[in-house]
This record gives sequence, C-alpha cells and structure tokens, in this order.
Amino acid sequence: MDQLAAISERKKAILSSLALLAILLAVWQLTTKPPIQGKAEGLPGPVAVAARAWEMISDPLYDRGPNDKGIGIQLGYSIGRLLVGYTAAAFVAICLGVMLGLSPSFYRALNPYIQILKPISPLAWMPLFLYTIKDSSRSAMMVIFMSSLWPILANTAFGVAGIKRDYLNVSALLQLSWVKRLWKVILPAAAPAIVAGLRISIGSAWVAIVAAEMLIGGTGVGYFVWNEWNNLQLTSVIFAILLTGFVGVVLDMGFGSLAKVLTYKE
Amino acid sequence: MAQPLLQVARKEEGAMKEDNPNGAIESTESLIDQKVEESVEHAVFGSDLRRREFLRYVGATGALAILKSVFPLDAAKALAQEKTGPIEKKNLKVGFIPITCATPIIMAEPMGFYKKHGLDVQVHKASGWAMIRDLSINGETDATHMLTPMPLATSLGIGSQAVPFIMPAVENINGQAITLANKHKGVKEAKDMKGFKFCVPFDYSMHNFLLRYFLAEGGVDPDKDVQIRVVPPPEMVANLRAGNVDGYLAPDPFNQRAVFEGEGFIFMLSKDIWPGHPCCAFAARKDFADKNPNTFQALFKAIVDATQYAHQASHRKEIAAAIAPRNFLNQPVELLEQVLTGVYPDGLGNTKNVPDRIDFDPFPYHSMAIWILTQMKRWGYIKQDVDYKKIAQEVYLASGCREVMKSLGYKAPAQDSTKHQFTFGKTKVFDPNAPSDYIRSFVIRRA
Repeated sequence: MDQLAAISERKKAILSSLALLAILLAVWQLTTKPPIQGKAEGLPGPVAVAARAWEMISDPLYDRGPNDKGIGIQLGYSIGRLLVGYTAAAFVAICLGVMLGLSPSFYRALNPYIQILKPISPLAWMPLFLYTIKDSSRSAMMVIFMSSLWPILANTAFGVAGIKRDYLNVSALLQLSWVKRLWKVILPAAAPAIVAGLRISIGSAWVAIVAAEMLIGGTGVGYFVWNEWNNLQLTSVIFAILLTGFVGVVLDMGFGSLAKVLTYKE
Repeated sequence: MAQPLLQVARKEEGAMKEDNPNGAIESTESLIDQKVEESVEHAVFGSDLRRREFLRYVGATGALAILKSVFPLDAAKALAQEKTGPIEKKNLKVGFIPITCATPIIMAEPMGFYKKHGLDVQVHKASGWAMIRDLSINGETDATHMLTPMPLATSLGIGSQAVPFIMPAVENINGQAITLANKHKGVKEAKDMKGFKFCVPFDYSMHNFLLRYFLAEGGVDPDKDVQIRVVPPPEMVANLRAGNVDGYLAPDPFNQRAVFEGEGFIFMLSKDIWPGHPCCAFAARKDFADKNPNTFQALFKAIVDATQYAHQASHRKEIAAAIAPRNFLNQPVELLEQVLTGVYPDGLGNTKNVPDRIDFDPFPYHSMAIWILTQMKRWGYIKQDVDYKKIAQEVYLASGCREVMKSLGYKAPAQDSTKHQFTFGKTKVFDPNAPSDYIRSFVIRRA
C-alpha cells in the first residue's frame, strides 16, 4: 500500500510539474508581441525559441571558421575547460583540506587568508591571470579553478576535522602507516563531506565558465551567448541559457549519485 | 632618381615570377640584386661607356664599394626584394571586434586579400577592447584591429603594460555617431545634454575623445556635467532600451542598430565634428614586425589593398554581404548596407544619403597621432611631458604606408603630416606643429 501511495505521489508531482510547464509556456507565448512587418518586437516566444533550438540541435557539429561553430562543439569546449580547471582545483583543495582538517593550528594560521580570498568573485581574477599566464583559454581554466577551490577546501577541512576521534585513535593504536591511515580511514570517513563540496563547486564552476567565456571570446557556450547577443538574437540566447541550465542539472545529478554511493551509516 | 629604377627592378621581378611561379627564390633574389646594382650604376654614370671606363680604373668590387658609400644600396635591394622575400610565417591570426570599422580586416579573409598576398589568415573575434589588447600583447594574435589611440597608449604604457606597438594603417575614417534615446528628440546642442549618461567603447578611443571634444566645445564639462561610461558596444543598445543611459558615441553598426530596434535616433555623425577623422586601425606588436619582416610586409599590403577596395563606394554592397555572417559581424545584411552605403533612416523619420558616413583610407598621418596625444594630455590620461612628434613617428608608419600604397598603384599623400580641418568647434584648423598651444587654446581641460 505504502509503495502504491508513493508511486501515485510521484505521478502527482510529475503531472503538476508538467502542468506548471504548460502554464508557463502558454503565458510566455500569450505575452509575446506578434512581429510587426516581419520584425520581432520584445522577447521572442517559446515557439520561436523551440524552432531555433531545433535548428541548432539538428546540426550541432558544424564548423564555419573560428568564430562560428555548432552548439555541440561550443559545449565541448566549455566542458573541456571546466574539467581541467575543476580537476586541478579538486586535487589541490582535497590535499590542502585534509592537512587543514588534521591540524587545528595550521587551520587557524591559514583561515584568515582563506576568509579573505573566498568571497572574491572568480571573474575578478581574470585580468590578473591574463597578465601573468598570457593565454586566454588557460586563464578561463584558472577562473574555474578559483571558483571550485573554496567549497571543496572548506568541506574537506570540515569533513576531516569532524571525523570521530575514535577512528583516529584506533588507527593510531593499530600503528597504521600514514598512507594507510589516509586511504583507509580519513578519506572514506570524510567522503560524504568532500563529495558535497565537489557537488557545490561543480555548480559554481559551470556558472563561472559561461561568464568567463563571455569575457575571453573565441569558443564555448559563453562566447556563443555573447556572439548572439551582439546580434540581439534573443532566441539563440534563450536557447543557450536553457541548455546551460540542462548541462548544469546533468553535472549535478552525476555528483548526486556519487554521493549516494559514498554515504555510509555509522 | 632611385625610385623609377627600383620600379624597373620590380617590374622585371614581376615578369620573372610569371614565367616561373614557384621559382627558385634564391636566383630571383640575386637577379634582383644584380638589377638594382646595374640600375644604380647606370644612374650614377649615365652612359655605359663612362661606366666601363670607371670600372677599368677601380675594378668591379671597388666600384661597388664606392657606390655603396654614396648610395644606400642594401636598403634599395631590400626594398626591391620585399615582394619575393620568403614569408616567415604563413598562418596568422588577426584579432577583430565585430564592428563595421574593421571591415577591411574582416573582408580580407572571405574576399581573399590575405591569400592574394601569400598569407593564410584567420580572423578571430574578440569580446572587447581590453581583451583585444591583451590577446595581442600575449601573442595569441599576430596582428590586430585596434582603435587608433590604442597603439599610442600601449607603446607609452598608459592604461596598459608598456609594449611597443606599430600602426601601419588606419582602417576607417568617419564612421561613428552620437546616438540618443528617443525621449531626447528635443535635444538641439551639447548644452541640452547636461546631466546625461553616455557610453563610449573604451577610454583610449576616438569615440571618447570626440565626445569629450564635442561636449566641451558646447560648454559642457565631460568630467563634471555628464557621466561617461565604458561599455561594450553590443550592450549599448540594451542599455539604451533599458533607459540606463541617455546616449552614446559609438562605432557602427550599433548606432544604426538603435534605429533598427526603434530605441534611439542618430543625433550627429562624427564626420560633422572632424571630417576624415581616423577611427580604427590595423596594428601589431613591433617585435612581430621585426622578427617577420616579409610576413609583416605581405600583411601590410593585404590590408592596404583591402582598405582601398573598401574605399570604392560601388563595392560596399558586396562587402556588406561578405562580412554579415555569424563568423564575422553577425548582423543583418540590410543594416550593414545602411551603414556602408550611407543611405539610412536616422530614427527621426528622415532617410539620409551621406556617402562618406564611413570611409576607408589607410594613410596614418602623424598629425592624427599628434591630435590624439593632445587630447590624451588635455584630459589627463597622459601625466608626463610627451614628445608628440617622436611618438607619432615611432608608432604611425606613414612613410611605410606611402610605399605600400604606391607599390599597389594607389595615390598616396606626399606629406607625413597635414593640418586637419574641423567643422565643429572654435579652432577650425589643427596645427600639428604647435600641439601645446592647441591644448592651451581649450577653456575646459585637465592639463
């Protein structure tokens, strides 16, 4: 009975979701002004956006020179940059976070700097990176690095610091080497917190890459949005916005299932 | 005397190339060298008889040595060689901002001007002027579209790291406008603009300097009575629409775009302030040109060639179609035609016909650089003393451009500097020989 109730509950949720979508689209379409003399007035409606979306999705991999590539290629560039910057950030943040979590005095020494650096918008670093790294694409990756670093670092440090003293005491009693202690005790115990940090930061990284690419130009979804904005081609801009949202959800879901795997019961 | 002889040498070289399109460059080069030497000898001695007599006395090598001491033979040879010298770097990246000012730089790719001069160039769109400066400084682009004040500012290290730049050619002259929001249709002159919020594309732009000039001549202090913001051109239309700003002095197509969108009207074309004022330019890092002289020369020729082609009014529609696609300007062809042909609706219900609304002329007068420097000094962008002439000579390659224009068969101005005529303002003539007096002649100034 409970199961049945749960299923109908879920069906209800899906149905209301769909109804909400239908209402939103209808309101959107109805408030769209009809084109005057073939020229669109105001915000384009969902039908126009869908037509444009179909056009983009049906030919995602075309390449008409360096400034005009298909949406699939642009997404590829963005995700590529994201992965490089994000992986580097995860590595640095987890290493540093474990050290901070294990050593309260080290944590106290470093904490003021982290507090100052953390609230800085990752995009504010862009001019400095361009000046020092002298490469626009790597600068964008560094922006991703900065945007992903802090949530992972804070969560790792928090997770490691919160490990039950008993676990650490037992591992000390068993005279485990520090490598074993790290791999068998510390990381697994802190894993849920670390994955939570990873999940938060993949979201902020994806937000930052679009903004960074609007600045550097050239390739990526951000550049695509900017280029279409140049032409005030709002159908493409809306399509790209929805697409980035969709990719963000997929990335988040990936980490969501990873979190489920790594959660443990005490 | 040397000029016609060198042209003889060039013609012969041209004939050689036709016979032997991919021919051994070495032998062509030595042939040109020989021809240049012969021509110069011929010029010095007049008749062959006197030359032989002279050669008998001093010997051939001696004769050459003596000649070299009085005539810059090596330089003449290099000049004659420039067309056939091997290109050091064939694949190049050239940066641009998607505005009609960059027309020659952009169209040279789809219309084959780079190819014609032996280069394989890809033009890369950049999102803003600071970005295009950094891409160029970092070497991600080999050469670049810039605003005419930028190579001066960058060479001086003002608002940038100090990196020596050269500016071989101006791209467009005229081609800017003051656009105001529809609610300001009653505005007649600068005085009515007190309290306005304006946009310009960059601090170091003719847009900024012409807007300041226009306002100040009308008694409005651009630093106190109005607000001038730096905003990327595509955002200007959106800002105008949102009512965040009252107007802007911007490059096209974003003036015409405001009319197209029904958000604003064209108050004044910049050519009605200074007819023939420079706007955008083609520029490169000096060390790029030093390291790749032949590549630079070929690029220089391709750009001057394209600029001259764009100068012809009859070519403008064809050009509008070539640069409209998403890979380049990403604008409606109709809109670009309005800008390039000068037949356009002004947003007040009139259709204007101004063929030189935008024009293309590569010659980088030193006096243009000097005017720009006076305005940078006037508004406090330059704090230190400047040697106006020296900087102008170092950055604006007037004599180089003259040579290239002539070699392509175009007429070029004989002087590196000229007295520019203004149609708006108190001082109608700008004398490049008295820049400091010019600055002092302004009532509103920061220096």
